[in-house]
Amino acid sequence: MPSARSSMLERAPQDDRVTEVRPVAFRGAGFMPTAGRASGWIALALVIALWQLAGSAGWVNPLFLPPPSAIAVAIYKLAISGALWQHVSASIVRIGSGWLLGTVAGVIVGFAIGLSTLARGVGITFISALFPIPKIALLPLLILWLGIGEEPKIATIALGVFFSTAISVYSGVDAVPRNLIRMAQSFNVPFHAIVRRVIWPGALPSILAGFRITASVALLLVVSAEMIGAQFGIGAFVLQAGNLMQTDQLLAGVVILSLFGLAVGKAINVLEARLLHWR
Amino acid sequence: MDLIADQISHRFGALDVLDRVSFTVASGEVVAIVGPSGCGKSTLLSILGGLLRPSEGRAELRGAPPAGSLNPLTFVFQDFALLPWCTVEANVEFPLVHTALDAATRRAVVDDALKRTGLSDFRGAYPKQLSGGMRQRVGIARALAVRPAILLMDEPLSALDSQTRELLMEDFIRLLADGAMGAVYVTHNLEEAVRLADRIVVLSRRPGRVRKIVDIPMTRAERGAIDARGRLLALQNDLWSLIREEAIDAEREVQHA
Repeated sequence: MPSARSSMLERAPQDDRVTEVRPVAFRGAGFMPTAGRASGWIALALVIALWQLAGSAGWVNPLFLPPPSAIAVAIYKLAISGALWQHVSASIVRIGSGWLLGTVAGVIVGFAIGLSTLARGVGITFISALFPIPKIALLPLLILWLGIGEEPKIATIALGVFFSTAISVYSGVDAVPRNLIRMAQSFNVPFHAIVRRVIWPGALPSILAGFRITASVALLLVVSAEMIGAQFGIGAFVLQAGNLMQTDQLLAGVVILSLFGLAVGKAINVLEARLLHWR
Repeated sequence: MDLIADQISHRFGALDVLDRVSFTVASGEVVAIVGPSGCGKSTLLSILGGLLRPSEGRAELRGAPPAGSLNPLTFVFQDFALLPWCTVEANVEFPLVHTALDAATRRAVVDDALKRTGLSDFRGAYPKQLSGGMRQRVGIARALAVRPAILLMDEPLSALDSQTRELLMEDFIRLLADGAMGAVYVTHNLEEAVRLADRIVVLSRRPGRVRKIVDIPMTRAERGAIDARGRLLALQNDLWSLIREEAIDAEREVQHA
C-alpha cells in the first residue's frame, strides 16, 4: 500500500493548477523616484508658455498678471537703465555683510556650544529663548539703536543668520561620530588638531546644510528690511512697483530674487561637491 | 613594557560593570579577554588604553616602551574608526602629523605600514570605496605606523564576514609572530581567542570578574598544524563550558532590557 506522501506525489501531476508554470509576479516596483532633469525643464517651459498664452489671448488682465514677455522686457529696461544693478548691488551688499557677520559669529558660538560644557549650558538657553523671535520684529529696535542707515538692516540679517548657523554648527559637532574623536585621543592627537582635523570636517555637512537655510533666511530678511525702510534694494523696488501698480516691474523684481536664490543654491552645491566629495 | 590591570572596578551610574579585575600583559604577550555579552570587556580595554577613567583600581605600565614607539598603547577598533574624508594614506598618516617626525620620515613610515598590510595599491582610495576587510587593514596600518608596544584590539573582526575574518586572522598571526608587539584582544569569538592568544582571561557575567586565566600551551606557529586542531577545539570547548551558562543568562538579560 502506498504511503500518504507518495500518493500525494502521484496525484500532483493531474492537477493543472499545480503543473502550470508561471513567472513569479514582480512586487518591487515604486518608492524609488528619480529626478528627471528633462521633465522638469519641459514642465517649466509649458507653464511659461501657458502663462504667455493666457496674457496674449486676453484670458487674464495684464495689470494683475503681466505675461512673461512683459517681465523680460521690464528686466531688460531695468538692466540698460542701470537701475537693476543699483537695486541688486544694494541688496547684495546687505545680504553679503549680514550673512558673513551672522555666519562667523554663528560658527564661533556653535563650536563653543558643541565643545564646552559651560558654553552649552549658557548658549542653548539663550538660543532657545531668542531663536523663535521673528528677527524682522527687531528692526525698529535696531533702527533706534543703530540709526536709519545700513546698519540696522545688516544687523537684522546677521541676527537671523546667526541663530540658524549656531544651531546647525552645534548639531553638526554633536553629530561627529564619537568613535572618531576617541580614536584621535587614543593617538594623543592634541585638542586643537582634533577640532581642525576631525570635528570640523565631520561637522561640515551639517554646516553647509545650514548655509542653505541661512541663505534663504538672509534673502527673506533683506527683502523685508528693504520694504520697511530703504530707497534702493530689490525689496524697496518690489514694494515701490506694487504701490505704482507696475506689476511687470514687480514681477521682474520677484524673478531677480528667484534667480538670486538659485545662484546661491548652485554656489552651495559647488561648495558641497568640492568639500564633501568623500561622502 | 608590561601592561598591568590592577584591581580595576567600574560603574556606569548604578550599574556595576567591572569588579576588581587584575592581570598582567607581559612584553610581547597576546592576552585575549573573553566573556559573556555585557561583561565589560570593551570597557576594560578602554580603561587599559586610558580612554576611560576606572571607578576604582588603575591601569599601569611597567618598563620603558620600545625605542621609537610613538604611541605604546594603540587601539584597533571594531568599527575601524577611519576618517571618511581622508584617503587611506592620510588615515594612516593621521596619528603621525602631530609628532616630531619630518615629512620624509612620515612618508617612509606610512609606506612601510601600507606595505605590511598589503595596501600600497589603495593609498589614494577613500574608506567608502573599500570592503570591510580592507578598511580594517587601514586601521591596522594606522596602528602599526606609530610602532605600538601593545595593540589594544576591540573585537577587530566582529564586523567582518567569515572569509575576511580568516584572512585578517592570518595577518594578525603574521604581525604578532616576532613577539615585538604584544596585544590585548577582546573578543566574543572563542576560536579567535585560542588561535591568537598566549593567555585567555575569562570574565564572568556583569559585573565582570576574572573567572579564570587559561594558558594556551602551544606557540602560534604550532597552532597552524593540522594535528593541533583537535587540541585547540578541546580548549575552545573548555572555554565555552565556562561561559555557556552565563552567556544564556546574559542574553536573556539583554532581551529583557
